[in-house]
Amino acid sequence: MEQKYIPSKYMPPKYIPKSSLKAWLAKVKDDGRHIYAPVTENGKTNFKRVKSVDEISMEHIQTAQSAKGAVFPRTEKLFSYAGGQQGDVALQDYNPNDIPDTVVFGLHPCDAAAFKSLSGIFSWGAKDRPFDERMKRVTLVGVSCGRSDVFCFCTSVGGHPGSAEGSDILLTAVGNDGYLVEIITDRGQALVEKGADLFEAAAAGVSKEEHLASVPVRFSVEEVQRKMAGSFEDDIWKKQSARCIGCGACAFVCPACACFDIQENAKGNGAGDRIRCWDSCGFSLFTLHTSGHNPRSVQSQRWRQRLLHKLCYMPDRLSVRGCTGCGRCSRACPVDMNLAEHLKEFERLKV
Amino acid sequence: MNELRSKVKELLGSKEIDLFVGYEQGTRLPRPLIAASAEEADRLIFDENCTGNLAVYLTRRELAGGKKVGIAASYYAMRSISRLLDENQLREGMVKVFGLTPDGGLKLLDAIADVKQHLQEASAPSRQVEDEWVKEIEDMPPAERWKFWTGELSKCFKCYACRAACPMCYCTKCIVEVNRPQWIQPWAATMSNVEWQISRVMHMAGRCADCGACGAACPLGLPVHIIAHKMAEMVRQNFGEPTEKGNVLSTFNPNDEENFIW
Repeated sequence: MEQKYIPSKYMPPKYIPKSSLKAWLAKVKDDGRHIYAPVTENGKTNFKRVKSVDEISMEHIQTAQSAKGAVFPRTEKLFSYAGGQQGDVALQDYNPNDIPDTVVFGLHPCDAAAFKSLSGIFSWGAKDRPFDERMKRVTLVGVSCGRSDVFCFCTSVGGHPGSAEGSDILLTAVGNDGYLVEIITDRGQALVEKGADLFEAAAAGVSKEEHLASVPVRFSVEEVQRKMAGSFEDDIWKKQSARCIGCGACAFVCPACACFDIQENAKGNGAGDRIRCWDSCGFSLFTLHTSGHNPRSVQSQRWRQRLLHKLCYMPDRLSVRGCTGCGRCSRACPVDMNLAEHLKEFERLKV
Repeated sequence: MNELRSKVKELLGSKEIDLFVGYEQGTRLPRPLIAASAEEADRLIFDENCTGNLAVYLTRRELAGGKKVGIAASYYAMRSISRLLDENQLREGMVKVFGLTPDGGLKLLDAIADVKQHLQEASAPSRQVEDEWVKEIEDMPPAERWKFWTGELSKCFKCYACRAACPMCYCTKCIVEVNRPQWIQPWAATMSNVEWQISRVMHMAGRCADCGACGAACPLGLPVHIIAHKMAEMVRQNFGEPTEKGNVLSTFNPNDEENFIW
């Protein structure tokens, strides 16, 4: 599949030698920005705030967790309060000035695209302030995929191993010595300018296509969406979810899952923090009402909600899908709920 | 394989079971398959690579409640089944257990007594890796050990896959979900993650089958099964094997020396 460059005023692409990449990132870091990048520890690679750019690892196919924590932390304080004697509560509101300028480096196109999914959710109606403030301060430096595995299916949900969608800068390793650099946004350009002398003009005619992983298209997502939307009462949900054990692994590793819970960190004497933390629609308590009624009382209903939300409700209402084909849910699932395989089954339904 | 498939089809056909909890080939490894029809039974596999503990499905009411269930059980799954029966979570006659003989043959265990006898006769699969891990951790000075565990558990994001994968975690309301009072802070943070794992494992005292499903389920690869393994060892040393009369968590003995309180 031919992947064109996203038109940008910063065309044509540039080139950075591998030997200069970390020098550039070191300059970005010295400028005071926090850098989140893949780091390998005990054989596992995950996004982490790096103290030194030498910690960054680029050998993985996919990190266990996505990079969404940079804009949607797993636990975040929304505000604090201190109680007085007669209801005179001192409120300390959310302070966006505490949010550092952040660079997420080394995320793959599926993860960068998922920031658009998250933005869709957190900007639906009113803008979510903590998310919005973090998004204003984050720059995404994507890296195209040269390798993929059996769980990857970005090309089936509108993505591509070389897609620049969502990234401010997209790097593609061309050969062993360096990266083609596509600058997509002003924010990306500002970051390049931190070490402008390290970038060169890309050689004429250099193409990223031959350096990208080949990810076969597994199903027609439009067809899946159409069939799924008409299958609310079908048996397929029960059949597919029979082995699901109802944990939140899929939701928590998903780059586009945005469900959260609101909790109270009460410290006594009327003081405390209001906390927002990740939640999952797969948990049985997620929709439990105070009355005791649970509108999604069984796992098949929760599985149905998860898929319909990502593949039907989000495209319908937010014009963006809630799945970018990163395959993390399938890799993380203790019982191998392979999402691409399940989605493909919808394609074959007679609706 | 064919023997299992035809036997399961026969049992489903004669309504001796309503469904069969077994394995099918997954993306990379065998995965659970809940078979309720002959067509589904034709996907069943069962060999020495099928080690996931399927006993977790036996206490899922929406799946197995009131149903007669057949199950392909690894050694540790049989241990879970035995303990679930002792805890009155399963009923004699409602479960047909299929195990593997050492040469890979199929063995049908119809009664709980047969399961218990099988557990006596068969040798437990090695826990050498876990034993070595425990030794490595115990060799650390306390400060280093604390750093190791807080380092690992700081990564936990509380997806509760460890709980969901455990056959013995069958409570309908878990302690982490009780909020009046709130015993454990439900958001992910190092100390509340440590509290969660300590609570989880404490509730396994004398009950844990030591199957390792909690650690295998962790999407972040945190070695939470090592804590359960150590607990199982300590309980065995101090209190012996659990019996059908109960386990150390659910029984009380006034003659206990209580020398573990220090």
